[in-house]
Amino acid sequence: MDSFWEFLRHVHDAYGINLVHFYDSFERGRLLKGMLTTLQLSVLCIGLSILIGIFGAWLQGSRFRVLKTLVQAYIQFFRNTPPLVQMFFFYFALGPLMPRVVNDYGIAQPMLGSFAWAMISLSFFAGAFNIEIFRSGIDAVQSATVEAADALGFSRWQAYRYVILPLAVRICLPALNNNLVNLVKTTTQAYAIAVPETLFVASQIWSDRINVLEMMITLLLFYLFLVGILVWGMIRLERALAIPGFGR
Amino acid sequence: MIASIAARLVGVVLALGAMIGAAQADQLADIKAKGVLVVGTKADYPPFGFRDASGGVIGIEPDLGAEIAKRLGVKLELVPVVSSNRMQFLQQGKIDLMIATMSDTPDRRKVVGFIEPLYYASGVAILANKKANIKTAADLKGKPVCAIQGAFYNNDLQSKYTGQDLIAFKAVAEAQQALLDGRCVGFVYDDAVLFWQKNSDEKRWAEFECLQLNEWPIVPWGIAVKLEERDGAWGKLVSETVTDWLKSGKLLEIEKKWVGSNSKWLVDASAKAKQ
Repeated sequence: MDSFWEFLRHVHDAYGINLVHFYDSFERGRLLKGMLTTLQLSVLCIGLSILIGIFGAWLQGSRFRVLKTLVQAYIQFFRNTPPLVQMFFFYFALGPLMPRVVNDYGIAQPMLGSFAWAMISLSFFAGAFNIEIFRSGIDAVQSATVEAADALGFSRWQAYRYVILPLAVRICLPALNNNLVNLVKTTTQAYAIAVPETLFVASQIWSDRINVLEMMITLLLFYLFLVGILVWGMIRLERALAIPGFGR
Repeated sequence: MIASIAARLVGVVLALGAMIGAAQADQLADIKAKGVLVVGTKADYPPFGFRDASGGVIGIEPDLGAEIAKRLGVKLELVPVVSSNRMQFLQQGKIDLMIATMSDTPDRRKVVGFIEPLYYASGVAILANKKANIKTAADLKGKPVCAIQGAFYNNDLQSKYTGQDLIAFKAVAEAQQALLDGRCVGFVYDDAVLFWQKNSDEKRWAEFECLQLNEWPIVPWGIAVKLEERDGAWGKLVSETVTDWLKSGKLLEIEKKWVGSNSKWLVDASAKAKQ
């Protein structure tokens, strides 16, 4: 491996192609850590936003007016405001209001840091879309099926859990796929509240080492690869879940 | 036919060249004839050049420009510049003089005429929470530190001192807010800006202290004229003016007025000029 890094160093000296973010161990270390942070943020936000989507869509079908209105208000708020603005709002406006913990050097620090706030705001943002996506799937489930579940003595939650949701998920997978792709790409905005994710680290490297072009290409390929894996997984899932004669 | 057109073209080009040459030869006379001195300064970098409530550019650099205009007996016109266009503005003749936080580097000396003596210098400082008891950069080990994305010392700061990712933001306001919220022990940035912030709002920064980080070198700044004017009448006049400022303490006075305190570099440079 070391000889490969040496080769890249040579490429820089000989041809001016500056891949310092690979051959320099400090830059490589922090770039890898940044990529890992992006991965963590993506996985956590995907999980949380799907949970929000499932429960939000269930609450939307509730008999209680107040609950429905609350879910609607949540969707409108998070769908109609830019994710970057939400992130600033959470980090700079809500963050300091949180309980504080005094750390070992005597400063009262707000409880949640930038990573936690990025995760919360991105999950809420994508969750709002997910509720609407799941609702579209639920609406497409035939009412006769729902009535049949009712007739068989399923409770409202049981009918949702065992009959409606499994069918709805199959219908809305392509739309969900789209939203999750968007979510992974939106994690780059965590850069604005200093989450050391890939874009944050990359911009630090390119301003230190003036290798803007090489860094941009690396960045683009990384996201292409990351989103590619997600899309591949989602397509596999769609195929695995397909029921012959249903939906297609 | 073609030969005669070519000859005529060459004549026109030569004449134009001569005109430009004449214009360049005595910029000082031109400024006096115009009655206006055009100075390029920053407009987004307090306290050196920034906008007041009414939109006018104020600060150390406009004050220095005004001093030179007064000396020449002409009016002052300020043109806001940024780091990426300031040298081009000077080359293109859009400005007569540039006072825009420009660090002195060998590369830049090849492009514009740096005026000796240099008039200012800047280093790195930290605005730190008093409770953290920071004395040098070594005390930052393992602690969260706020910074500005893209500053040249960030890499050094992280790899040699903090050992963890900096909490770096795009702009000063965000980094300050994060510091006030207790998200970091200190905010590392250009010294003059931090000292100015601290002195201009003592109440807001009562819990914080500002100290110079001597781990990074102090880089001097230069006022610049067009390269070919550096050794001409115009360059000489500016050079004499800066020498007078250092001797008379004018620079110290203007720095005190805007920053609230005097930097060691300027005190030393003034003392040296008086000898």
